[in-house]
Amino acid sequence: MADTPDHTNNLHTTPLDALHRELGARMVPFAGYAMPVQYDFRDAMAARCKGGVLAEHLHCRASAGMFDVSHMGQASLHGAEAAAALERLVPGDILGLRQGRQRYTLLTSPAGGIIDDLMVAKLAEDRLFLVVNAARKDVDFAHLRTHLPASVTLEEHPDRALIALQGPLAASVMAKLCPPAAALPFLGVTIAPIGGIPAMLSRSGYTGEDGFEISVSAPDAEPLARLLLEQPEIIPIGLGARDSLRLEAGLCLYGHDIDETTTPIEAGLTWVIGKRRKMEWSFPGAMAMRDQLDNGAPRLRVGIRPDGRAPAREGTTIHAPDGTEAGRITSGGFAPSVGAPIAMGYVRRDLVADGSTVQLMVRGKPVPAHIAPMPFHPHRYVR
Amino acid sequence: MHETRYSKDHEWIRLDGDVATVGITDHAQEALGDVVFVELPEPGRAVDAGEACAVVESIKAASDVYAPLAGTVTEHNAAIVDDPAKVNAAASGDGWFFKFKLSDPTAFTTLLTEAEYKAFLETQ
Repeated sequence: MADTPDHTNNLHTTPLDALHRELGARMVPFAGYAMPVQYDFRDAMAARCKGGVLAEHLHCRASAGMFDVSHMGQASLHGAEAAAALERLVPGDILGLRQGRQRYTLLTSPAGGIIDDLMVAKLAEDRLFLVVNAARKDVDFAHLRTHLPASVTLEEHPDRALIALQGPLAASVMAKLCPPAAALPFLGVTIAPIGGIPAMLSRSGYTGEDGFEISVSAPDAEPLARLLLEQPEIIPIGLGARDSLRLEAGLCLYGHDIDETTTPIEAGLTWVIGKRRKMEWSFPGAMAMRDQLDNGAPRLRVGIRPDGRAPAREGTTIHAPDGTEAGRITSGGFAPSVGAPIAMGYVRRDLVADGSTVQLMVRGKPVPAHIAPMPFHPHRYVR
Repeated sequence: MHETRYSKDHEWIRLDGDVATVGITDHAQEALGDVVFVELPEPGRAVDAGEACAVVESIKAASDVYAPLAGTVTEHNAAIVDDPAKVNAAASGDGWFFKFKLSDPTAFTTLLTEAEYKAFLETQ
């Protein structure tokens, strides 16, 4: 058994770094940042939750949790043509995005691969706000700069922090601290102060629960985090539970479940292609995606339930009942709210039906499993 | 009195006659986090010193558990298969993994004493 060494040197830190350590975080390197993977809570926080991935996960599903996601990339697109320009790089309907609304979309490559998945919010007629994956910041921003017309400018916001508040009690907490946020519909966006701190909030998240993602200036991050942690419903939650929560919710993790070798069709993300965009087919990779829609993709992303208790991790090969190799698991682990192992991965298209039987090769031994619908835990987004 | 010794793989080994009980140390369960799955060797299996013969998985990752010495497995702890959280709750007691009959009981003294294991942890 190997210890996990603290390789947190030479890493970027978020504005909440000192607070994480004060709260008892175990810090790990993630996408070039020192990030909390889980907490060993002390003092008052220990009375709310003992800490650890399992307890933090369950607390988020039962109450509310605060996640530091300041490592993610934030940027603005300025210019009257911003929406039209971004549409040339994504399959989503960005021209149809209303002010005060946010949408999930994908940067796609000419071959139909996924360069990144991102959230796009419309703040004004001439301003879009983007949130991209930490590990893809440099790639995405370079890609945008290469392809945007001179009339649209990309402004990166390395000086902003991002805090997610997730869980069934998130809205009642926000009703006290920031009533305009509590009134937001799912994927609504607003700018409003939280306890006097200027913030941009969206009704969104990465756990399957109701909740908010809050962008504030870096110096305001710690006061906001402390204000949230004063609320008895809330504990801080690390990346470990963030991963198990999103996996139960059936949400993709870039670099694992989707990347430049997977198309949106194979990934089950066909819904991101806007209705109007499906008439025009005028986005990168459109022809490859159209071909897969017309003729069937060779493989599809599916949910998988191992029949026993053994978790099947990323990289596990999936075999058809006749023994032929038929795919690979891209995310897998134990699901605290399901009480059983779950996974997602890509399988050959003849095996994608719910209930199909497959074998997973776990440590050289076949483990029976079946294809299962996602999410594994029901979404509880606000209507 | 049954002496307890330790391995650098963070296992504890308690000797009773020529049969040793093996578990993971409190330090190991702490580092692993919430244990959700355990796979144990079947009684009768012959193991070499250093052979991977059990698996312990936390929410975060899977780890092998090694036979600290050569011998033959006599018994395993089915209770931790049914309730893996026992490993976190009582790593050095009810959370034991397996018992095995040592091929050479004198080899027991080659394992780390408690003081040596504690000193080893300091270097980690």
